[in-house]
Amino acid sequence: MKILNQILRTGIVTEALPPEVEEEIKAVGTKLEEAIRRRFSRSLTIRQVDAGSCNGCELEIHAINNPIYNCERFGMHFTASPRFADMLLVTGPVTRNMEIALRRTYDSTPTPKLVVAAGDCGCNGGIFGETYASLGGIDKVIPVDVYIPGCPPTPIALLHGILKAVEVK
Amino acid sequence: MSILKNAIISALGVEAVFDGNNYPASMDFCVVPRGKFVDAAKAMKKVHALLAAEWASDESQLGRGFGVFACYRWGAEYLIVKIELPYDDPIFASITNKFMPAYRFERQMKSLMGVVPVGHPDLRPWIKFEDWPEDAWPLRKSFDALKPMPRVAGEYKFVRAEGEGVYEIPVGPVHAGIIEPGHFRFQAVGEDILNLEERLGYVHKGIEKRFEALSWQEGSRLAGRVSGDTTVAHSLAYCMALETMTGCRVPERAQWLRALFLERERIANHLGDLGAICNDAAFAFMLYQMSRLKEIMLRTNHKLFGHRFMMDRIIPGGVSVDIGPDGRELILSELKKLLKEFNRLVIIYDENSSLEDRVRETGILIPEKARELCAVGIVARASGLNLDCRTQNPFPPYDRIGVNVPVLISGDVHARAWVRVEEVRESIRIIREIINALPSGAISAEAGIPAPDTSGFSAVEGWRGEIVYWLQAGPNSEVNRCMVRDPSSVNWLGLEQAVLGNIVPDFPLCNKSFNQSYSGHDL
Repeated sequence: MKILNQILRTGIVTEALPPEVEEEIKAVGTKLEEAIRRRFSRSLTIRQVDAGSCNGCELEIHAINNPIYNCERFGMHFTASPRFADMLLVTGPVTRNMEIALRRTYDSTPTPKLVVAAGDCGCNGGIFGETYASLGGIDKVIPVDVYIPGCPPTPIALLHGILKAVEVK
Repeated sequence: MSILKNAIISALGVEAVFDGNNYPASMDFCVVPRGKFVDAAKAMKKVHALLAAEWASDESQLGRGFGVFACYRWGAEYLIVKIELPYDDPIFASITNKFMPAYRFERQMKSLMGVVPVGHPDLRPWIKFEDWPEDAWPLRKSFDALKPMPRVAGEYKFVRAEGEGVYEIPVGPVHAGIIEPGHFRFQAVGEDILNLEERLGYVHKGIEKRFEALSWQEGSRLAGRVSGDTTVAHSLAYCMALETMTGCRVPERAQWLRALFLERERIANHLGDLGAICNDAAFAFMLYQMSRLKEIMLRTNHKLFGHRFMMDRIIPGGVSVDIGPDGRELILSELKKLLKEFNRLVIIYDENSSLEDRVRETGILIPEKARELCAVGIVARASGLNLDCRTQNPFPPYDRIGVNVPVLISGDVHARAWVRVEEVRESIRIIREIINALPSGAISAEAGIPAPDTSGFSAVEGWRGEIVYWLQAGPNSEVNRCMVRDPSSVNWLGLEQAVLGNIVPDFPLCNKSFNQSYSGHDL
């Protein structure tokens, strides 16, 4: 019981948001929510695929799930299976060793599907370039709808990019 | 004085030639005849040294064949043993029987450099996939890194367990969560794991080869992207290896700022991990609490240093950002709040009996095994090994401030979580001391360019553990070789051992408590 009380007490603290951030998130969030409501009946399902990143982009994608950004409140959530996904959020330069897995994931995602390339590497290969091991940007392997530059893109930039993708098609 | 050097001298006598073109000068480096590689390993084993890394370098442009290097560590001492192989006969005797981590290092050397460890028990390719041409050795100078590789037919043979009721679970490379790709193959009976085989290499981006196409300056940016969550420690290790080669004296203020960034990176990642471990034990509350605290730190990083993870803030010769009085105030007040909230959460972790049931005695890596595998970092410290470069190979301010290194012996998920808890508290103390005693002065110096045919070494304690860099300059002072050893290169072996006999549903929990890097391993 003591633990439960503590959880409840601490839990409320979680909701506090710095006011200047709140505004920024709300601005993009409201638009996202509206677009997701219109186009995806309030539920946008995303499958994230790491096609070879350094894990920096993944950290920021995790961050949009944290209580401060709490992206689920706008109607978007991450799924384990590409078969349920409306959108693939892909990071990294595509490595040669991941190319087949990325194609298969793409093929397993039902159409119509959105593909968002996140991070400088996903856009053009970044510092890793195009070599024997790195094929470069995501669009070298699968068609991409929206690019989110940044190394890594901030959580706000990611939300803006996802919004753009939802509005594009 | 030098235990490792003495051991080599007493075992090999004049056959070990100590060389002066390698930096830092405080470290020992010797060349031994090709046939004496195993003898040197035996001598090292006898004095209880650990194997830190093993790698090869193509020295054809320096007028030699291949160099094969083994780096041993004992406490604060490092010693590199080198043998030279002729280009047309690149074979050497394997040391896997003496040092377990050589198992992966040697498979990798054979796959990427084409040097053959004779007597190695398992010569399946590593990092190199079955669809690479057999003679594709990217780390050789003759290999054209910019040319796409064709795909060929081939098959990778996984280890098989047979018997009644044994079945196999393949997982990955695309995992269920938002994590990096890799493949795990479980053999199980009922719910019990009989064997786990990792198959990594999916995120092989050719990083070590890429260094050779970049300038020394650009190299620090690439090093900062070897593993995105360890950007500070990796770029620092690269810069320190380069600075030892060029004799660059980093200003004291820059060194203190480097330590500040390093400790902030440690806290942020430990917070994220503690949340993730609890989440995999179905205690999502902690994930959200911890990720909130982590986010607050990242925001402060962005505000003060212009980047949430502080990428490219460490440069050869120093750092690229300074901190003013306002920044110091902000950090101190943030830490005060952080510590208070963190301590409250740790009590909740500690008092939660259902969580305790999951994390205690799960995924045990016993101290003997950890030592045999030459584990490093949090994994080693949770299994009784007192290893930390910050105390054993300190750079300022660690030599002044000191670090209390937490060491636990139970080696289970809880121990790995608890080492993180203690380290967060210790890092908060260290940052406070840095802020209060930060010396004034410049924040960077001219880094310079290394002389031809010299090499540099460094070991830095990142948040996962010891990171090792070895750089070699070619005939025109260009990058001839950059060897990167992330802690994951050795600790991934520990995970395979720790899960044996556990149930399959506990694997995510074990895996999260290790939280090894795929990118840093696959390179």
